[in-house]
Amino acid sequence: MLDKVLFYFFAGLAVASAVLTVTRRNAVHSAIFLITSLLATAGIFLQLRAEFLFIVQIILYVGGIMVLFVFVIMLVNLDVAVRQIQFARQKWVALVIALALAAQVGLMFWSSGKMPGQGLPVQVAAAADRLPLNSETVAHSLFESYLLPFEIASVLLLVAMIGAVVMAKKRT
Amino acid sequence: MMNAVVQATIEFLKLYWAPLLCGVVIVAVLPIIVGYIVLVERKVMADMQARLGPMRVGPHGLLQPIADAVKLLIKEDIIPDNADKLVFWLAPVLSVGAGLLAIAGLAIGPAFQIAPNINIGILFVVGISAMGIFGIVLGGWASNSHYSLMGALRSSAQLVSYETAAGMALVSGLLFAGSLNITAIVEAQRTQGIWFGLLAPVALFVYGVASIAETNRAPFDLPEAESELVAGYMTEFSGFRWSLYFLAEYANMIVVASVATTLFLGGWLRPFSEVHWMSFLDFGPPLLMVAIAAYCVMRAPKQPVRVQQLFMLAVAGFCFVVALVLAAPVLLPMLKPSLAAVVQPYYAGIHGGFWFLFKVSVYIYCFMWLRFTVPRYRFDQLMRLGWHFLIPLSIINVLVVGVALIAAEYFHLQGWAMLLVTTPAAIIALVAALAILAVDSSRKERERAAAATEFYAR
Repeated sequence: MLDKVLFYFFAGLAVASAVLTVTRRNAVHSAIFLITSLLATAGIFLQLRAEFLFIVQIILYVGGIMVLFVFVIMLVNLDVAVRQIQFARQKWVALVIALALAAQVGLMFWSSGKMPGQGLPVQVAAAADRLPLNSETVAHSLFESYLLPFEIASVLLLVAMIGAVVMAKKRT
Repeated sequence: MMNAVVQATIEFLKLYWAPLLCGVVIVAVLPIIVGYIVLVERKVMADMQARLGPMRVGPHGLLQPIADAVKLLIKEDIIPDNADKLVFWLAPVLSVGAGLLAIAGLAIGPAFQIAPNINIGILFVVGISAMGIFGIVLGGWASNSHYSLMGALRSSAQLVSYETAAGMALVSGLLFAGSLNITAIVEAQRTQGIWFGLLAPVALFVYGVASIAETNRAPFDLPEAESELVAGYMTEFSGFRWSLYFLAEYANMIVVASVATTLFLGGWLRPFSEVHWMSFLDFGPPLLMVAIAAYCVMRAPKQPVRVQQLFMLAVAGFCFVVALVLAAPVLLPMLKPSLAAVVQPYYAGIHGGFWFLFKVSVYIYCFMWLRFTVPRYRFDQLMRLGWHFLIPLSIINVLVVGVALIAAEYFHLQGWAMLLVTTPAAIIALVAALAILAVDSSRKERERAAAATEFYAR
């Protein structure tokens, strides 16, 4: 019961703040709601007993990326942006596409004859103290099973970083 | 629906009443501790500048924090007209909330930890306390003032730069521990018989410098540099909101000191905890408290007012009670050896707590010492120190510590013998980082010279 209440709390918070992120006019307010949404997602990770993902979500997204976001938002002159119309006029197209997507999902559920969540394979929850330690498990899968993809990804990120530095540097 | 919520709440309380209680205690006690840290800081500052410091409220200013707190609480709370009200309200709360939440992950001795045995232990503390930056940035933005905004920008730039160095320093310390769990880290130091600060001195140094920068303290207190920015991001805050920022700063200081203590300075372990003939050190804590009590008794007659004399004696009595509590688990097994097993957990809890708090206090004292001896850095110097020296140093240190660990395993070195490989590793890391710095500054010098020649040639 407690699990359910916590899950719906975090899920509702994530969705509501995601909506508010889009609808707020003030960019800093949007950033705050985006942070809330990310934190709520981190809470769901924690509920799934993925502690490592929880803290990585907080350190990287909230502590790293969002700080840079806010930094940039404060540097850019937003008074001009506020006066302009923020959204491109695609309301009707977006509405049609969203309805189509909703219909598709609904059709899927209808044709399978099951409500959301029904008939999904449910694993028996293990006691928390008998689960494998999360950060160790992540480390084993990253550095043993998926070492090559991991290294490729890190080289890719390094290339992106060097590229950013080169582009930002003044040409002499 | 209502029923379900009530049921969930009861379930929650049943499971978590003890951590909740501890949390409430910490939230209630922390402002007092912070107040007294501030008092100590003012006293240390006064001592270093050959003054007396606060002397008026209570004997030797011992009641000054309470007077300050009352003053801050009854001050007018001003919100600027053009401020973003909601964010202005939210910012200090965020700041202090992150600091308090991070304390939940810390372990003050083996017995006292609000959230015991979390798998991500030290990452939780570091990650949550890093969120406090939003309080500073949003507060600076919401005040709608240029000084505040500059302070906030400086603060976020500084934090993002120094967090990398601090994180890398933590990584090289954690390589020795092999776990993120706080209890496991301290246990690893106990079984190896040596603090990781000795095995990774470079990491301790980098973490020390970076943690000063992260807590925005002098010599890196540029976000609130009085001579340039009035008070930086706190300029428009007054009264209780301002004191929340203050509380957050000191809570963060306690957090970084605790992280450094846990990872590098042996956590709650007594110095040489595994060496049997050094166990006379167990008498240190009670004797220290008795000495403080004796000093207070000695000074009591010199107080000018009767109330102050009584207060001084009360302080002495308190110290004496603490000394008794500390002495009991050491003395009882000596008087009656059969009690040893019963007393053991109490000994670990009480003495562990004492040593942990003692180390944290020493670390914070070093912060104060630095604050009053080193002049403030300029912003470009700060960035240069971070990006050109500390970050390369910490990254190189992670590499060489890894190599040293492999070498130690190869030669079957353990405990103090590991110094044979880790000391050269530390020296290599330092030399390499200094070489990078030297190459960089000579290049900069050449560029400057070239620019000057070009300027005069025109």
